[in-house]
Amino acid sequence: MDSSLSRLYARRRRRNVMTMGLAYAATGFGLSWLVLILAVLLWEGFSGLSLAVFTEMTPPPGAAGGLLNPIMGSLVMTVIAVLIGTPLGILAGTYMAEYGRYDKLTSVVRFINDILLSAPSIVIGLFVYEIMVAQMGHFSGWAGAVSLAVIVVPVVVRTTEDMLTLVPDTLREAAASIGLPRSLMIQKVAYRAARAGMITGVLLAVARISGETAPLLFTALNNQFWSLDLNAPVASLPVVIFQFALSPYKDWQSLAWTGALIITLAVLALSIIARLLAAQRRSS
Amino acid sequence: MQPTGRSPVVDVALQGSGISIAEQVDRAKVLQRLRLGDVAFRNITRGAAVTVLVILGGIIISLVWGSLPALRAFGVSFLYEEVWNPVTEKFGAIAPIYGTVVTSFIAMLIAVPVGLFIALFLTELCPMWLRRPIGIAIELLAGIPSIIYGIWGLFVFAPFLQQYVQPFLITVFGPIPVLSTLFEGPPYGIGIFTAGLILAIMVLPFITSISRDVFEAVPPVLKEAAYGLGCTTWEVARYVVLPYTRVGVIGGVMLGLGRALGETMAVTFVIGNAHRISGSLLAPGTTISATIANEFTEAVGDLYTSALIALGLILFVITFIVLSIARLLLMRLNARIGV
Repeated sequence: MDSSLSRLYARRRRRNVMTMGLAYAATGFGLSWLVLILAVLLWEGFSGLSLAVFTEMTPPPGAAGGLLNPIMGSLVMTVIAVLIGTPLGILAGTYMAEYGRYDKLTSVVRFINDILLSAPSIVIGLFVYEIMVAQMGHFSGWAGAVSLAVIVVPVVVRTTEDMLTLVPDTLREAAASIGLPRSLMIQKVAYRAARAGMITGVLLAVARISGETAPLLFTALNNQFWSLDLNAPVASLPVVIFQFALSPYKDWQSLAWTGALIITLAVLALSIIARLLAAQRRSS
Repeated sequence: MQPTGRSPVVDVALQGSGISIAEQVDRAKVLQRLRLGDVAFRNITRGAAVTVLVILGGIIISLVWGSLPALRAFGVSFLYEEVWNPVTEKFGAIAPIYGTVVTSFIAMLIAVPVGLFIALFLTELCPMWLRRPIGIAIELLAGIPSIIYGIWGLFVFAPFLQQYVQPFLITVFGPIPVLSTLFEGPPYGIGIFTAGLILAIMVLPFITSISRDVFEAVPPVLKEAAYGLGCTTWEVARYVVLPYTRVGVIGGVMLGLGRALGETMAVTFVIGNAHRISGSLLAPGTTISATIANEFTEAVGDLYTSALIALGLILFVITFIVLSIARLLLMRLNARIGV
């Protein structure tokens, strides 16, 4: 009796030690990928980093050059995408949190929005190709910006709704009690209270689209030369990385690594700033 | 009716205050304008909310519209034919579908257990001061764009697998009947197996952070009661935490699966883009998204383009179903916890 009990205890303890060991190992395994990827990226990226990267155009194979035109293209398309996507997302989130919190429409939109949030981005590229590129007959920077905007919208809708829902109702009631119309209450009180969270959402959206490649492949296409004409194909950093990395030329591959480093640093910086903003809001 | 019905309220508010009729009319005008602004703002926000639905509707309609020529030409056989020949314009989707499903399956096979164990570590074992840094690190891993995984996979991971891991797998599994066909052939480095591994690394952070969130939602009383009975940490996790959060964990896994199915860039770099179904996991293959990414801009002819859009439609339908199930499960969990 006694010995069988202690055997049982021993077995339970053994199993516990084993599984907990697995948990430690799994965490080490997961984190080691982050370290490994970042280490390689820093190593390969920094070796190609120079001033020329930011001042010169993408080179033909075998020549020296930089990434100025894809960097500018990415910036311009990202800014336009945010300008289109953010107001739309904020307004939609406002309806869901302020006017129709318990509506049927809101729950349907929330469900659909969550699906759009993780829908394959290449499908969004196909969609914009169909409605813009195929209709206009040529690839264009506008199409690229619109496809990025379609990715921005769900992110902003989600954070706006979440952040406005967190605004205490007493604030709304106080605003109503001094006779503020509802629309002004939302704009002057609710938005102000939720501002940090909403900015976080926009930053996260920017982080998300700054690395997006798939939707740009057949909307903005690519451009070897300096061009800010949004009616023509525009180069973007991710697409150039894709093209250069798969090429057989050493110079192009090394530029691809440098581009990858720039994107990753930008994305990490954006998500860290977003996180700091969110943390500030929590503590205040 | 409405303006006259409301104006007395204005008058009452101003009675005896020495305000002239003209000012009363002004005030009514201002109120009128505010009311209009109110209605307008409400309708604008409502319109924006409806736009989200319109976007989804637009995606579905444009994909169906674009794939009609291919679906008309090939009918149902598009779903099970393996041939993919742009020259003779014969297209079948089964090879990319197979590649998509198999790479995602490999990814989930690795990422689900590892992700759950990391979540377990973060909620039960990790010292408090380390929880936030590790949690943040995992979320940063989730934020790295997929093209970075792709370029890393192509230049670092695939050569490593080709040189060390795949020859090892081939020799180890060679004598075992079923596994020998799965791990057969020359080690290319790129292929279904490599793509599956890269996908596993990519979806790991998603699964981890969602599982951690649902694990944290378990009421501490339940866990404390189990510890009080003398349960080990593993027993608490296995018999209290997991049963309580089962729905949420499955939801999180489905969400990760949705990501894996639709992932494009990380896979495109390392899959090899070969339109055939091979018994060996080490052989090059293709996925739906990789096929579209590789061939769409070079597709000449309406039928070719249409076949690629039809592939996109299939991908969208698959991910839509998976993501819907994920959301419904997570919604059910939230309703139960009362979030």
